[in-house]
Amino acid sequence: MTVVSNQLPPLPSNADQGAKSPYSAVHSSLSKRHASERRFKALGLAAVLIGLGFVAILFTSILSKGLPAFWQATFTLPVTIDAKALSIEPYPQQNSGQTDAEYAKEVADWQASLAGANWARLIQNALLVYLPPEAARRSRDVQRLVTSSERFQLRELVAAQPDIIGQTVTLRMLADANVDVWIKGGIDRTLSDRQLPLTPAQRQYIEILQDRGVLNQSFSTALFTNVDSRSSPASAGLAGALVGSLFMMLIVIVLSVPIGVAAAIYLEEFAPKNRFTDLIEVNINNLAAVPSIVFGLLGAAVFISWLRLPLSAPLVGGLVLTLMTLPTVIIATRATLRAIPPSIRQAAIGLGASRVQTVTHHVLPLALPGILTGAIIGVAQALGETAPLLLIGMSAFVANIPSTPLDQSTALPVQIFLWQGNELRNFFESRTSAAIIVLLALMIVLNGLAIYLRRRFERRW
Amino acid sequence: MSTFWLITAVLILMGFAYQFGATRSRSIASSSGQKLHSLPTHYGMFVALWCGVPALAVLLIFAVFEGTLIRAAVVSSLPETVQSLSAEQLNIVFNRIASLSSGFGIAGKAEPFEIAAAASMSRLKDISLLASIAVMAAVAIGGLLFAMRQLSPVLRARNQVERFVIAMLVFCSAVAIITTIAIVVSLFGEAMRFFSFVHPLDFFFGTLWNPRFATVGHGAMGGYGLLPLLWGTVLITIIAMLVAVPVGLMTAIYMAEYASPHLRSFAKPVIEVLAGIPTIVYGFFALTVIGPFLANAGAMLGIEVRATSALTAGLVMGIMIIPFVSSLSDDIITQVPRSLRDGSLGLGATHSETIRRVVLPAALPGIVGAFLLAVSRAVGETMIVVLAAGNAPVLQGNPLQAISTITVTIVNQLTGDIDFTSPQSLVAFALGLTLFTITLVLNILALYIVRKYREQYE
Repeated sequence: MTVVSNQLPPLPSNADQGAKSPYSAVHSSLSKRHASERRFKALGLAAVLIGLGFVAILFTSILSKGLPAFWQATFTLPVTIDAKALSIEPYPQQNSGQTDAEYAKEVADWQASLAGANWARLIQNALLVYLPPEAARRSRDVQRLVTSSERFQLRELVAAQPDIIGQTVTLRMLADANVDVWIKGGIDRTLSDRQLPLTPAQRQYIEILQDRGVLNQSFSTALFTNVDSRSSPASAGLAGALVGSLFMMLIVIVLSVPIGVAAAIYLEEFAPKNRFTDLIEVNINNLAAVPSIVFGLLGAAVFISWLRLPLSAPLVGGLVLTLMTLPTVIIATRATLRAIPPSIRQAAIGLGASRVQTVTHHVLPLALPGILTGAIIGVAQALGETAPLLLIGMSAFVANIPSTPLDQSTALPVQIFLWQGNELRNFFESRTSAAIIVLLALMIVLNGLAIYLRRRFERRW
Repeated sequence: MSTFWLITAVLILMGFAYQFGATRSRSIASSSGQKLHSLPTHYGMFVALWCGVPALAVLLIFAVFEGTLIRAAVVSSLPETVQSLSAEQLNIVFNRIASLSSGFGIAGKAEPFEIAAAASMSRLKDISLLASIAVMAAVAIGGLLFAMRQLSPVLRARNQVERFVIAMLVFCSAVAIITTIAIVVSLFGEAMRFFSFVHPLDFFFGTLWNPRFATVGHGAMGGYGLLPLLWGTVLITIIAMLVAVPVGLMTAIYMAEYASPHLRSFAKPVIEVLAGIPTIVYGFFALTVIGPFLANAGAMLGIEVRATSALTAGLVMGIMIIPFVSSLSDDIITQVPRSLRDGSLGLGATHSETIRRVVLPAALPGIVGAFLLAVSRAVGETMIVVLAAGNAPVLQGNPLQAISTITVTIVNQLTGDIDFTSPQSLVAFALGLTLFTITLVLNILALYIVRKYREQYE
């Protein structure tokens, strides 16, 4: 092929415009077409910016709501453990005539008697030191500044260390949820006294206590170490949900990784092309797209109704989430296995290895980083799943940290669901955001780990 | 807990069996002077499998049948009057006995027969545990001895071990099929029980959703019409797609055709972050940010907008689906062969004309497939709608009002105490079956279209 002419066709001159040149139509529409090109490009950029904008709005709103909840109004008070104010007997001493059994019973009786003691009074006395004298008559107002669970904490403390009776100890106690929200400005101060959750006297005391340096914002360890609480919202924490989620993730890892990897190995390395393997392929692809709530229905029907496993147990949740993440793990593992060049398999087989040996000695070690990445992404997905867990009873209120996977428990995303519905909206909106931050942080860590593994061990063949 | 320790014990035993097998095969080889067929490790694994697998099978059999057998034995020992109770009441009595025997207290005073039954149940459980340990030990040792006797230089240990390994691999890949079957059977079975209360025609074509919470015969059942819920699902999905499709598709086009590598490497992962955020977080975002924002904006314009409405839920669901649409479309657009673009550009078309007239038509089947997958995601999405759609199962066309969907109703009907005998609970499975069918059809259609498209260029 030879170049006949590399000259462009001559531009139409003004004189040609009258005579219809084939190019005049092109030229007259050119500016319009370029404008539409610019519009199209701007539209695309706008779409990208909208997407980025949504990410920004989502994260800013959650961070701005949730971060303050990691700091909580806390009293730091010297509390005198006054046996008289409590009206409790002194700790029993073992007499010479007593047997050990008798003494143990006496100690147990004493500990039981602590339940009836007036612990709120003790906290009230500690606060009154800082308050004007007339506050003594408003004991309800004063006692309600401190969240109710602190009384039980105090009782536990005395039961565990009876020798602090009579001493003065400095204790950190969480303020009531309303006090916390009031200090953070979450309550509209223009409301009338009847609408406000705090009495005028309480509001005055809060100011006095803040001025005296007794009431401060400090980092809320309660959020991580306590379980959910109904009677004492200020002390509600995530410990139970975190442990429940941990159990479920362990079950998901233990079950879905081996099963998923084995299935992927079979399909990629051994399976003959026949109807059985076709059926498996179709099934895996479909399961990957089945809505998660359907897995919840499966769990409710099979595990709860037929196999009679307990409601609300992390075991059942873990099994349901395993079935849900299995397709993710299988698909990721297959992609990794497919990326390993056939020459490696051929070399191993050429040296006399069996096919199982080829896989276990050569293919699997090379695929390990990719498999791990897929498994971590699957676990992260399972960690954030809520809907199927609601159907197997994990939305029940649980006041204990589960100690085995068969105990009643809740999970982190379910705890978020429960908290967002709490009536004490002012307080729990930020508490919920804080829980979301914890959940997102865990997911970011998991995904970051997956990205790190991929970057660190990724091989280009 | 005892199961956990039993499994641990078996695993430890298998470790010893492996050592025995490997050592023994070496000594056989050196004493007989013959060459072993397989490696000593294969003989070790052969012995370990013979030792451990039967024992674990016994454990599984006990785990499956123990509960039923103990229950039957305990129930048959109860007084006649108790045994003649209805199945439900008998169940309550049995649960009381079970919690007595496990050491937890029960509400109310325990009847003498309950205490006796609880004692015999504890005894039966102990016997069963001891029996399972005995049988497992016998089987494990028997298997071990059998395998050790088999050891010889001509034993094809590797082949046998590998056959077992492949059988396990096949079983693991069959889990996907088992799961699908379990989904279909459980949804279908429970839905059939629901249809024994409510006629399928009344369910699929009913326009009233009002399941009452009293179970009183067929007359006062309330309405179980699917249509209001289906309409809610459709309306919210339409709104979500109206958000996700333009934004997602334009994002994909810009990323694939215009964006500099620098912008692409920053913006693509950031937008894909949206795909990894749990849906409960979107639900909370819709409830606390988007809902109030829309309500205020509506109030300023003089329109009444509910904070929890179809619009709120649909909008946020659309945001959630953006990365789904954009990354799938991006893949498909970049797959369109370079030659098509070059041809169009060479004929003088502008970049956007090339995209609109050449690239998009070529990529259309794939993009439609991606949209269908996105629709199936939107239809099955639960938490956003539970929190932000307002839960009002009525047939009305106003997207500014509250609405309910299939998924929300499943959650509402099945949360809390699950009672598998009332239509109020069972309807969740009929709804689940509908949902499963809808998403299955969408997925198959999408996969079919995508696959057909691929054939064109490969």
